Parts: sequence; C-alpha cells; structure tokens
Amino acid sequence: MSAEKPAGVWRSSLRLWRTRIGIALVLLLVGVAIVGPWVAKFSPSEFAGTPNTRHVPGTWLGTDYLGQDVVSRFLHGGRSILWMASVSTLLGFVFGAAIGLVAAYNRGRLDDVLMRGMDILLAFPQLLLALVALTTIGPEPWLIITIVAFTTMPRIARITRGATVPVVERDFIGAAEALGESRFRIITKELLPNVTGPLLVEANLRLTYSIATIAGLGFLGFATEVNAADWGQMVQENRTALTVAPWGTLLPAFAIALLTVGTGLIADGVSRTVAGVDRGRPDA
Amino acid sequence: MVGAPRGALAIIGVVRTSMGIFKLIVRRVLLGVFTLLVVSFAVFALTNLLGDPVQRLLGRGALPEVVKAKRAELGLDRPFFTRYFEWLKGMLTGDPGNSFSNGDAVMDIVGDRIKNSLFLMFVASMVSIPLSLFIGARAALRRDKSFDRVTSNQMLIFAAMPEFVVGAFLTVLLATNVWHVFPATSRIRPGEAPWSDWKGVILPAITLTLAVTPHVSRTMRAAMIEVLESDYVEMARLKGLPERAVLWRHAFPNAVGPTLQVIALNIAYLAGGVVVVESLFNYRGIGIALRDAIPVANAPIVQFIAMFIATIYVVCNLLADLGAILVTPRLRTRLQ
Amino acid sequence: MSGTMQSRENVALEIRGLRIDVAESGADIVDEVDLTIRRGEVLGLVGESGSGKTTIGLAVLGHARRGVAIHGGTVRIGDRDLNGLDAKELRSVRGKLVSYVPQDPGTALNPALRIGKQIMEVLETHGFGANQAEREARVVEVLSEVMLPGVPEFLRRYPHQLSGGQQQRVGLAMAFACRPAVIVLDEPTTGLDVSTQTHVLQTIRDLAARHGVAALYVTHDLAVVATLADQVAVMYAGRVVEQGSTADIFANPAHPYTRYLVAAAPEMDGDRQMVGLVGRAPSPGKRPVGCAFALRCELATEECVAEFPAVTDVGTDRPHQVRCVHAFGVPDRTALRVASTARVARESEVALSIRHVDAGYSGTNVVHDVSFDIQRGECVALVGESGSGKSTLSRSIGGLHREWTGEIVLDGTPLEKSSRNRPVAQRLSIQYVFQNPYSSLHPRRPVAESIARPLAIAGVDAREAAIEVDRMLERVSLGSAYGSRYPDQLSGGERQRVAIARALVSKPHMLICDEVTSALDVLVQAAIIELLVDLQRDLGLAMLFVTHNLPLVRSIAQRVAVMSDGKIVELGDTAQTLRHPQEEYTKRLLADTPVIPTFSND
Repeated sequence: MSAEKPAGVWRSSLRLWRTRIGIALVLLLVGVAIVGPWVAKFSPSEFAGTPNTRHVPGTWLGTDYLGQDVVSRFLHGGRSILWMASVSTLLGFVFGAAIGLVAAYNRGRLDDVLMRGMDILLAFPQLLLALVALTTIGPEPWLIITIVAFTTMPRIARITRGATVPVVERDFIGAAEALGESRFRIITKELLPNVTGPLLVEANLRLTYSIATIAGLGFLGFATEVNAADWGQMVQENRTALTVAPWGTLLPAFAIALLTVGTGLIADGVSRTVAGVDRGRPDA
Repeated sequence: MVGAPRGALAIIGVVRTSMGIFKLIVRRVLLGVFTLLVVSFAVFALTNLLGDPVQRLLGRGALPEVVKAKRAELGLDRPFFTRYFEWLKGMLTGDPGNSFSNGDAVMDIVGDRIKNSLFLMFVASMVSIPLSLFIGARAALRRDKSFDRVTSNQMLIFAAMPEFVVGAFLTVLLATNVWHVFPATSRIRPGEAPWSDWKGVILPAITLTLAVTPHVSRTMRAAMIEVLESDYVEMARLKGLPERAVLWRHAFPNAVGPTLQVIALNIAYLAGGVVVVESLFNYRGIGIALRDAIPVANAPIVQFIAMFIATIYVVCNLLADLGAILVTPRLRTRLQ
Repeated sequence: MSGTMQSRENVALEIRGLRIDVAESGADIVDEVDLTIRRGEVLGLVGESGSGKTTIGLAVLGHARRGVAIHGGTVRIGDRDLNGLDAKELRSVRGKLVSYVPQDPGTALNPALRIGKQIMEVLETHGFGANQAEREARVVEVLSEVMLPGVPEFLRRYPHQLSGGQQQRVGLAMAFACRPAVIVLDEPTTGLDVSTQTHVLQTIRDLAARHGVAALYVTHDLAVVATLADQVAVMYAGRVVEQGSTADIFANPAHPYTRYLVAAAPEMDGDRQMVGLVGRAPSPGKRPVGCAFALRCELATEECVAEFPAVTDVGTDRPHQVRCVHAFGVPDRTALRVASTARVARESEVALSIRHVDAGYSGTNVVHDVSFDIQRGECVALVGESGSGKSTLSRSIGGLHREWTGEIVLDGTPLEKSSRNRPVAQRLSIQYVFQNPYSSLHPRRPVAESIARPLAIAGVDAREAAIEVDRMLERVSLGSAYGSRYPDQLSGGERQRVAIARALVSKPHMLICDEVTSALDVLVQAAIIELLVDLQRDLGLAMLFVTHNLPLVRSIAQRVAVMSDGKIVELGDTAQTLRHPQEEYTKRLLADTPVIPTFSND
C-alpha cells in the first residue's frame, strides 16, 4: 500500500468547479489590478472629454462625472483595494487564529477573558469605528487596514476556537500532554494542522468581507485620496448619472462583484470539501 | 456577519458545567450591560478625537474670547471624565444632549430618522426571516436537487457582494436604465412617516433583504439537514408517522433553535448595514444623519447613533440567547 | 438459508434472498440473506461493525438510509411483502406491524418532545383503540409493561430528564405500544452499564415471550446473544455465514469465522485462552467473488475463492446451516486450553505505589482514599462501571488529571501532579494507551513520526530513533513498512498497535491501558490482548489495565481491583476474585455480566 499523505483540503477542493471558477475570477481581477495601470490609455485623473458622456472618441465606455476616462480609472482602481484587503485579512487572521487557539487550548479563565474581549469587539459598530477614525485621522491606508483587521480578528478567533475545542478533546492531545510537550508545541504542531480546513474557509470568507468593507468605505467617500481611482468611490461619484452614463457606475460595480463572488466561490468550494472530509472520517 | 450559531452551543456548554439557568440569564444581561458600558466609553473617547467642533462652527478667524465663550456654552471646557459621566447619565435618562451645530435637542433631530431606519429594518426583517427559513428548509428537504443547487448558488452570490453593489445593480435594473418601476432615491420629508413615500422604501428594503437572507437561509439549511439526518427523525419515520408530522413536529422545531442566533446577529447587522444602503438611496435615516454629522464633528449625534446601533446588537444577542433557551427543553427545564 | 423443517404456521418474519446495495455504485452491502423468525422467538443477528447487520435490521421495516437501496428479495411479515409496498403502505406498517428499538435512545428520542407525546403519537398515527381515553390507558399500560411509572408527572418529562436505562425503556414502550408482530432491536443495550443491561434484556425477553412477538436482535456481543436468543445468525462481510439454534452455534460452531468469534470471546471463569485474529473484513465494493473470510482463513483452498459457498446443513435433528466448503472439517478452536497465560512470575519489587489518593473535579471528589501497589512485572486490572472513578484515577497517575491529593510513587520517587512538571525520565517511564485508537494518533502525521516522538524528547538522535521505531513496529506485528502510513490508512486494531508501539518505544516501567479494546471488534480485541500479555511478559512491565469488561480481566491481569463510587471495594487475585467474590458489589457485578454459558455438545 502506498503511503500517500492524505490530500490537503486545499488540493482536494480544486477538484470542484466552483473553486476553479472562483480562482479564475480572482486571478482575472488580480491581473487587471496588476497590469491595468500599464495598459490604461489615460492617467486616472486625466481629462478625456465631455463629462458624463456615453460616447467619447478615444474612450471605450465614455467619461465620468469629471470627464475622466471610465476604463482607465477602472484599470487603475484595483490595486489599492486588493492589497489593503489582503493585508488586513492576513493580519486579522494571524491574530484571530492565535487568540482562538490559545483560548481553546487553555480553557478556564483565560478562555473566558479572551472570548469576552472578542465579544465586546464584535458589539462595537465597526462601520462607525471606521467612519470616526477615518474622519479624525484621515483616510490613511494603514488606518483602513488596522480597522478592517480589527473587525476581522474576533470573528476568526471565534471560528478558530470553535474548530479547535473538539480537537483538544481528542486523545492524541492527551498523549502529547502525557509526554510533557510544551504548550507552544501542542498549539502549533498538534492543534493547528488539524484545524486548517475550517480556517481556510473562514480566511476566504473574511477576505470576501474585507474587500466588501474596503469597497464600502470607498463608496462612503473614504478612499485613500480625493478623486482616487477607487472602485468603491467610482460607484458613489457616478451613480447620479446612471441614466446617461451607466458605465461609470457599472464597470467598477462589476469589478467588485466579480472579485467578491470569486473569493466567495473559493470559500464555498473549500467548505464543501471540509464538510466532505468530516463526513468521511471513520470516527466522526 | 457571523455564520455559525456558536452562541447557542456556548450556552449549552455553560449550563452543563455550572449553575442554573436563572443565574445564566442574569449573567448574560450583566454581560450585555458591561459590553454597552465599554462601548459607550470607547464611542465617547473616539468622538472626542473628531476634532474641535467650535473651530468648525466659528471658522478659523474667530476671536479667542468668542471661541472661549462658545466652548463654555457647549460645556467643552470641563474635564473629559466629567463630561463622559454627564453624557452617560443623560443617555440613561433619555436626554442625549443637544446638537453642537444648532443647539437643538438630539432627540428632535435624530428621533424621526431613527423611526425611518427602524421601519426600513423592520420591513427587511419581515421579508427576509420567513423567506430565508422557507428557502433553507426547502433546500434541506430537496438536498442536492435543483431547488437546492439554484438557491444555494444565488445565495452565495448575494452573500459575497457588498450591499452598495447589489443596490447599484438593482437601481440600474428597476429604476434608471432597464425598467423604471421604482424611484432611485427616496423622498421622505421631515416629520412625515416613512411609508408616505412607500415606493422609495422598496429598493432599499430589497437590498437589505438580499444582504441578510443568504446567511439565515444557509444556517437554516445546515441545521435542517443535521436534524433530518438525526436518529430521532429516522425514528419518527420508523414509527410510521406521516411525513407532515415528521417535518413539522420532529424536524422543524429542532432546527429553528440554532437558527435564531444567526437571525439575531443579522438583525443586528442590519442596524449597521442601513448606513450604507441609506446613503445609496438617500433614505432619510440614521445613515444620512451620521454622514452629515461626522465631518462637522457634531459629537452628540454621532454618539447617540453609535449607542443606538450597539444597543440593538446587544439586545438582539440577548433575545437570541433567551429564545434559544425557550425553544430548547434541555435548557428551559433548568428553570424549574 | 431456507429450510424450516418445522411447520410454517408460526412464522412471523421471513426474509428471502435479500440484497441491499450502495445506491451510487451498486456494490452489495448485504446479499443472499435468508432469515426466519417464529412468534415469540428471538433471533440474534451477530456481526462485527460494518458486516451489514443494522442494514438488515432497518430493511425489516422497509427502510434504507440515505445512499443505500434495497435491491431485491422479500421481507415477509404475515402475508405482506414489505419490499413490494409503496411509501404510504409502508407507513401504515411501521410502528404497528413491525417496530424498531434504536441503538442509542439518547439520540433517537426527540429532545424537544415530552415522552408521553412520543409514545402517544405512535398510537394516534395507527389509530390504536377506539378513542383518546383508550389510547391514554394504553400508554400507561405499555409503560408499566416496560416497568416505568405511567404517572402524568413522568409522561411530561423530556428525554434528557431520564437516565439511559429509562430512555431505552421508553424506546421499548414506543416499539411495543401497538402490539406489533415483529420487533427489531438494534444493539439496544450498548452504552448501558451491565446491571441496567441485564434488566433491559430481561424485559425484552419477557415481552417477546408474553406477547408472541418475533424479535430480531442485532448485536456484536456474543454473550448477550447466548443468554437471550433462541436462534443465532452470524454475519460476515454482508452474508449470513452460519445460522442455527443458539445451543448448536455455541457448542458446535461449524464456520471457521464463528469458531474464531467464540474463541475470541472472553470467558469469566475456566481456563480457556482468548484467541484473536488479525486482518479485517472487506468492505462493500471490495469483496471477492468467493468466500470473503478466505482471506483470513487458514483452511482456505482454491474452492473457497472460486465462488461463494452454498448452504451446507450440518445439523442432526434441527437445521444448522453453514456457508463453508470445509464445514465438516473445521478444527475446534475452543479446545485450545492453556493452563493460565496471565500467570507471570511476580517479582516482589514495587513499581508503582498509590497512597491515599483522592481526586475530583472542581472540588467534588470522585476518587476516595485509594491505596494499592503494582509490582514490577505485574498487571493489575482496575474494573468499574462508568462513573466509578477508574478513569480519573488512571489519568491522575498518567499526569493528565491534576486535581488530586495523596501520593503516587513511581520507583521510589513521588510523582508531580502535572506531567509537565515531572522530569523527562519519569514522564517517559509511565506511558498511557488510550481508549479510542481513532482519536489517539495525530491524523496528519505518519505513524513512525508519532512513535518516534518520545525518543526525540528523550534526546535520542534521529537515526537511532528510526531504527528503534522500526523495531517497535515489528514487535507489535505491523512491520516497519507501516511507518510511512497515516492513521486513516489503518484499521482500528492496527492503530491501537501503533499506539502501543508509541507507548513502549521509550522502554517505560509502567504502562496504563485505559479501556484500550472497548472500541474494537471482538476478534481484534482478542488479538490486542494477546499482544499485551506477550509484551508485558517479555518486557517485565508493570501494567494498570482499566476496563469495564469483567470477563476480559481474567485473560490479562494477575490481580483485580474492583472500583465503585470512587472506592476500591475489592482487591485480590484475579481467578480467586472472579470465582469467589467476597464483596456484595463484586458479586452483583459478576451476576449481571452476561457470559456465554456452557452448551453441551449433544
């Protein structure tokens, strides 16, 4: 019998079409974000023709409310949202997973304190936190990242704790404890590898919501700079002219929609795989 | 939005390991109060960071004496903690203070906006809760059949997209470009009831419904599938019960418990979600009030709305916990 | 297997040629199943996990679980073939003509419905009695039949407010409510303590006899079958390989597999050695054309592999049918008698000393003032029912439970409470083997890595450790090739061998085995016991063998400590204690434990 490592959740999830479509969508938009600025005909704030006009010579889809080229602004607008969403999700994920693992393993008082702390963070109206902080300090990228990471963290912590508690009760953890393994080793080597499935699902879901939140902040006027080529902000700026020049709103809206649906599909594919793996477990 | 009914499970855990249910409820209430206190302090501190409202009101060229007088008038010359406790007392006694910009009572300015927002949330909840329970239950019963596949893919898409994008698509589809059925913006005049412009409520309500339905229906589907695969549902079938009784007596009541938690979380989420949706449709609610108050550092209004949203969150969670106790005999009987 | 020579008049249930498939692949879960049960008779359907016995039990009610399909054959109750009924007709039969008692009443009763309602709804659905008053009277009556109080206060309870035994009695009441002709019992006493089990079995036997109900009793427990059933059918890999009267099956098992089963069953007294068998039954879709047992059978010939053996009747005056080519030439395994294997020369040196130990959880003590010694080279069995405190005590010794007071001394040195505070050498010299082999190995790590871990902690270098791991794998009869496998590629027995290898690799003085065979099938259990006896003798280990299974004790332990309510009530030589118990509790425990009685070979 060949001794193959049981295929990881990620690899198995690639067999599902929804994961593949999700990855294709995400890659497409990441491609647009990376290559976009080089292939754009106009710079983001360059005047291209009469404002809010559907057919302007030299543009594909017309101009926006300031007479800037819609397509060029779309091509420039992907980078900021993508990197800010990725970094904030990553940060929220790392801290959230660490808190969840520690809480689940230690139980008792530390668990109570950590998780009640997370509950309070959850009760805090996150949008409000964002609006106040951004108005006060200014729409700096680091601030947006911090705020989104802060709202991501408690949710990841909850999921991680929930997934870890049943693993803590399994006997191989007892076996490691009987051998006197250190807490750190038990958390990183024994627990973490056994919760990667649910964590992967949650990371993808949280990435989806981070993108949505950051796009939403742009929509509410908190893009990192005034008149930035930001997909969310573009929807806000051009929506009053929907009837005459719909593309100024629709193009960035489609971009955000495809990106979030893409990450959502990946999350769904992974979660279906995890569910399948769980069902197939002999001791489940 | 949190997709899993962790809270209900957490309660069961707590009950098993300790005390009676009554103590548990008291503990949950106290925890909610404590949470609100922490949030209130954070909100008050943050809004103080917004900047000096006096500068914004009087402009840069104002004479120092005038500025000083204005500060005294607004009560801003007193120490931070004095103002915090005074504000907290005001909030608890139903007097959230006066607007910095025109001195009107906050309640007068925000009162009917809160009514409008609550109405919008109410409409969205009344549509989305039954709808998502129905979709979730039916998808579970038709598991892997076409109804399940189609709805779960649709729900996935709506769950992923931010509300303002969904709202923008709806506007293009139903208001401005394809069909012209509903207005793209709402026009509720001050003092008028939100249903005075009922057509203007429809698009924001649909947008919020689409934001909430996927999460609840997904939870309901998962809970229902778990229940349908349970031993007691198999047992009910082996007793020869008609399918109707199997579903309504044995399956459904056991699936609603865990779903309650997610319903509560999503109603709480609506309270925050209205801000963006109101802004998109110019719906005269707390979202617009917040948008207008923040740039001019009108702290009393921001504080009041923040506490309103936080209170809804805490109350919804508390109700969900109590609801879970009521529908779960294992928890309920601890009372006796 | 047909051929009822007696009259067919009293036949209540008749299954012919039943085949049930995996719906998707069409692989057979069970095939060629013929069973007959008469009124008032109990048929014990015995098999290991995965043999298809529950699938048959459900098929008797015309039910197939998700992903499973009844492919063909007949299930006849009275004059009706259930396989020919549509959904509506099936509903009218289930609960009325044939009913089901589930394995785990804790999950099979609806947690949100009062138990009175759960019994009442069966009666209402099938229109039992003329009116509501008659039905209410019947609820009270059937509850008294299963020896539960029919008072309103009791009827208003929810399942979680009942004990496990009461829950199972409610399950029986639901099943008997409409006075069915046939009842299917799916391991209804698994998870109950032996005393409760005895009472529930007694109730089942009485009710079946009194009301002339035909009972199909599905189980893996030979001892239960031997005490309860009139007829026995033995299943292996989806086929009935042997059936006949209980006396014939136990006195003259004719199929090699049945012989192994009987030989593997632990015996309370007497001096028969338990014999195990390695390997496992092939799962659906992987079964051979011929006899599925041929893969593990020492008698296997080409004939066995060519096609599935036809029925041979080896009975003399009553039917005793076997599906084996060699039915007349099977050696008697039960004849293997060994003086006493578990008798090891006892050294007088104390390995572990437990002195005045109290242990508990958040202030509530579950272990009270326990003291005893374990000698070097000696195995002490710690026996008790669930909740007796035996696991808490063993976990305290292993350093997994910290809330205890008193003294535990290993090789002259008192132990710290938490394993983390114990010196490395001490940690390595007490080792622990857990109950559930499915959860005791890190699922995402090759087993060699798991086994090597204690050596890494001891500071042994990787190359030396690898050699040691290979040697250990050989020692537990797996072979070094197993080292690169992952736990999910191993069977339960193989996993338990890995866990034993991990425990022994650091050459401990003291081994704690916590219910190590309770999750395993009987053949595998016997094989693991053989291995442990062997290892203990060769390595001179001191061993604490924790179990709830009293008969198992005789095969492995020199001394037995009986624990009840946190106290050691009796401690003494195993054979002596099992034959002549001194304490009331031990006597009752022995009386309640089902054992295979001696059936004469006539």
